[in-house]
Amino acid sequence: MDQALIVKAVAAATQEVFSTMLAAEARQQAPYAERIPNVSDGVVAFIGLAGKWTGAGMLSCSPGLACKLASQLLMADYPEGEAVSEDVLDAVAEIANMVIGNVKNLLEEELGPMGMSIPTVIFGRNFTTRSVAQGEWIVTPFDCSGERLEVRLCLAPAREAAPLRHGFQAPEYVALG
Amino acid sequence: MPLDVLIVDDSAAIRKILQRVLRQAEVGVREVYEASDGLEALETLKKHKVHLVLADVNMPNMNGMQLLAHLKSTAEWQQLPVIMVTTEGSQSKVMEAVQLGAAGYIRKPFSAEQIKDKVSSLF
Repeated sequence: MDQALIVKAVAAATQEVFSTMLAAEARQQAPYAERIPNVSDGVVAFIGLAGKWTGAGMLSCSPGLACKLASQLLMADYPEGEAVSEDVLDAVAEIANMVIGNVKNLLEEELGPMGMSIPTVIFGRNFTTRSVAQGEWIVTPFDCSGERLEVRLCLAPAREAAPLRHGFQAPEYVALG
Repeated sequence: MPLDVLIVDDSAAIRKILQRVLRQAEVGVREVYEASDGLEALETLKKHKVHLVLADVNMPNMNGMQLLAHLKSTAEWQQLPVIMVTTEGSQSKVMEAVQLGAAGYIRKPFSAEQIKDKVSSLF
């Protein structure tokens, strides 16, 4: 998978969501790749992707930035020093949905149709992330008014299902011994 | 004509945004009902008569395309305009929605003007 293609799609999608829905700027920083997502604190939203290529997208940020983004998206006050509420988690999940959804739309031109799962959002500290994905995660960081937002994407060709064996009848039982 | 609208989206954030946009758009919105999936939308429609539905595509239980197909195949709701508001931007999804009878297709992220213009064009 071409890293530059992913980064270009992530940057375009993130900047469009920020300018249209948040009236804010997300300035792209230098992208990099990693084997295991290095995320252990803050607010993280995951979305699965499936098709001829499968994988997942992930958007992560600090609790403070999550509150700031929710305030801008919902035009309500979610103070940074206070607890991360359900509204804030919903807002981050929806931002991830729009970013990863638009990345998917852009990549589908090259990779064919993909389906997208409903987002899952996590808020916590000192958690451990593991990935069974075969490929690398491409990380595209953004500077949002001095705070860091990261968008990760991991995509690999789907393993082909075993072909159906027409005419083969499974035995009803197997005698042992 | 005062408009009663149903917003169908599994994201509470998007329901709040659309509700605010509709109320600020000065398109004559009177009542806004909310549902978090297609099944909940059908329950709401049985209880309340609405003039317009704004529906997401990717939702649990009954997705937006299934809801649209159901509404267009039911005599009571056949003429009810449904605008899809979704991140799904592929041409095949747009065509599917149009063939099923959607009155419009707005891709997320959307601007308040896009929602206002589409609703105004229908009423």
